[in-house]
Amino acid sequence: MNEAASHVLAVAKREWRAYFDSPVAYVFIIIFLMLAGFFTFSMGRFYEAGQADLSGFFVWHPWLYMILVPAVAMRLWAEERRSGTIELLFTVSVTPLQALLGKFLAAWLFMLLALALTFTVPATAAYLGSPDMGAVVSGYLGSGLLAGAYVAAGMFTSALTRNQVISFILAVVIGLFLILAGYPPVTDLLSRWAPAWLVDGVASFSFMPHFETLQRGVVDLRDLAYFASVMVFMLFATQVVLKNKVGR
Amino acid sequence: MIKAEGLVRDFGRRRAVDGISFEVRKGTVLGFLGPNGAGKTTTIRMVAGFLPPTSGSVWVKGINVAENPVAAQKGIGYMPETTPLYGDMTVAAFLRFLAEVRGFSGAERESRVDRALERCFLQPVRNQTIETLSKGYRQRTCLAQALLHDPDILLLDEPTEGLDPNQKQVVRDMIRDMSGERVVMLSTHVLEEVEAICTRAIIISAGKVVADDTPAALKARSARYNAVTLSATGAGIAETLAGIPGVGKVETLENGSIVAFPKAGRSIAGDVLAAAQEHRWKVADIKVDDGRLDDVFRQITITEDTEKMEVA
Repeated sequence: MNEAASHVLAVAKREWRAYFDSPVAYVFIIIFLMLAGFFTFSMGRFYEAGQADLSGFFVWHPWLYMILVPAVAMRLWAEERRSGTIELLFTVSVTPLQALLGKFLAAWLFMLLALALTFTVPATAAYLGSPDMGAVVSGYLGSGLLAGAYVAAGMFTSALTRNQVISFILAVVIGLFLILAGYPPVTDLLSRWAPAWLVDGVASFSFMPHFETLQRGVVDLRDLAYFASVMVFMLFATQVVLKNKVGR
Repeated sequence: MIKAEGLVRDFGRRRAVDGISFEVRKGTVLGFLGPNGAGKTTTIRMVAGFLPPTSGSVWVKGINVAENPVAAQKGIGYMPETTPLYGDMTVAAFLRFLAEVRGFSGAERESRVDRALERCFLQPVRNQTIETLSKGYRQRTCLAQALLHDPDILLLDEPTEGLDPNQKQVVRDMIRDMSGERVVMLSTHVLEEVEAICTRAIIISAGKVVADDTPAALKARSARYNAVTLSATGAGIAETLAGIPGVGKVETLENGSIVAFPKAGRSIAGDVLAAAQEHRWKVADIKVDDGRLDDVFRQITITEDTEKMEVA
């Protein structure tokens, strides 16, 4: 294994263990599962709808992630900067890129683990009826990518500050924007004064259309590319912030 | 092994380091001295590759640190001033993580960790969570981290700060043991430390090098160097001493002792003794001062600002 990969892996392992060495991981997973269940079965009227599909399950994920992912990501750099361990990390031949990839992978994998534990929901649907398994798989794919995009955004805001609360709030705001950018309340507000191309431009930032296609069972390369580009952009922005802020 | 040339570092408008140059060879324990805020930590951070210099360069084993920090850092063990540690890890897990980052795996990693634990006397706390450790153990954990890969260069930023006298002694002994074929560069504002372990001292003030010498040579710059303190009874002692050709100034202390300061570069102990015998003074005690580093330190680092502060 080359050196860069082993650095990424070492950092990822450390972050992963940091989740599970503290109560954070367990509290998070339990709350995530409870909320996912509550929204799906109570708010989403899963039973009453009489349909064995998971739209009432996936539709809540952007909102759940908006609140919960920043809680997972806020620590990643803010804590490192507050406690000064960043000085250690960046003087042992680890580059900012290697460190941020490691942290991103750990946080994303952690979210994927939490997501995987919701398997009881499709299992219930499969027990009660015969859901379109293709749509279930592509829905999970979309949700996993969505989680990755939120983690990347949360990691970016975490690098901006040594204060975890500020990082959390900024990440929620970015998440909210990415959800609402395509919704009428936002587009209406813009279309009153902005030219059409700008309205369309802002609307195209939204997670929602891309996530919705995947929920319907359509795996379109453009949607995958969208999520990948959000993640790459956020990771790149994180790297720029780290390079400019380190030691200052 | 370390070469710095014209290092400058600005923070906004403030110039923290202002053109520092030095070169350190193998086997040196370099004490980097200066008042708080003189730029010690900033300089060490630039050597460690954590901060890029605004201008100037540092080479570590011939590698330009700012251009290739990854390669340069392989030969460096660095203990930052704040002794940052991952508080939620155990001592052994922390060292294992850093050993992995340093490129060791499997049995090699374990033996490196064990060795570092042993060298820093951390065996009793190896499975303890770092945030529950006392200051002394935290300091040594951070030092252990810097030793994992047997670096040729050790950068220690205030390694004994906040330790009790026994712990200080332990850390100093460790540093002395480790020097040998290495370069140890340590910053401190504790002067006894420099006298105890350093083979060379650089004093910086307001971001500039103001002295660069061995601790003994620095002490010789003190006005007290070779001063003679005499406790004696007899007639006209002070006047007689002032009459000796090599003596510059004579002071009488509160307890009646008389101090004769030599003119620069003169040794007067013999003359004072001869005068005492000649005049039949009853000498209770006589002492020759070998200089005080803190005098020299004050003499060359007190700037106008600090003088104003002291007056106010």
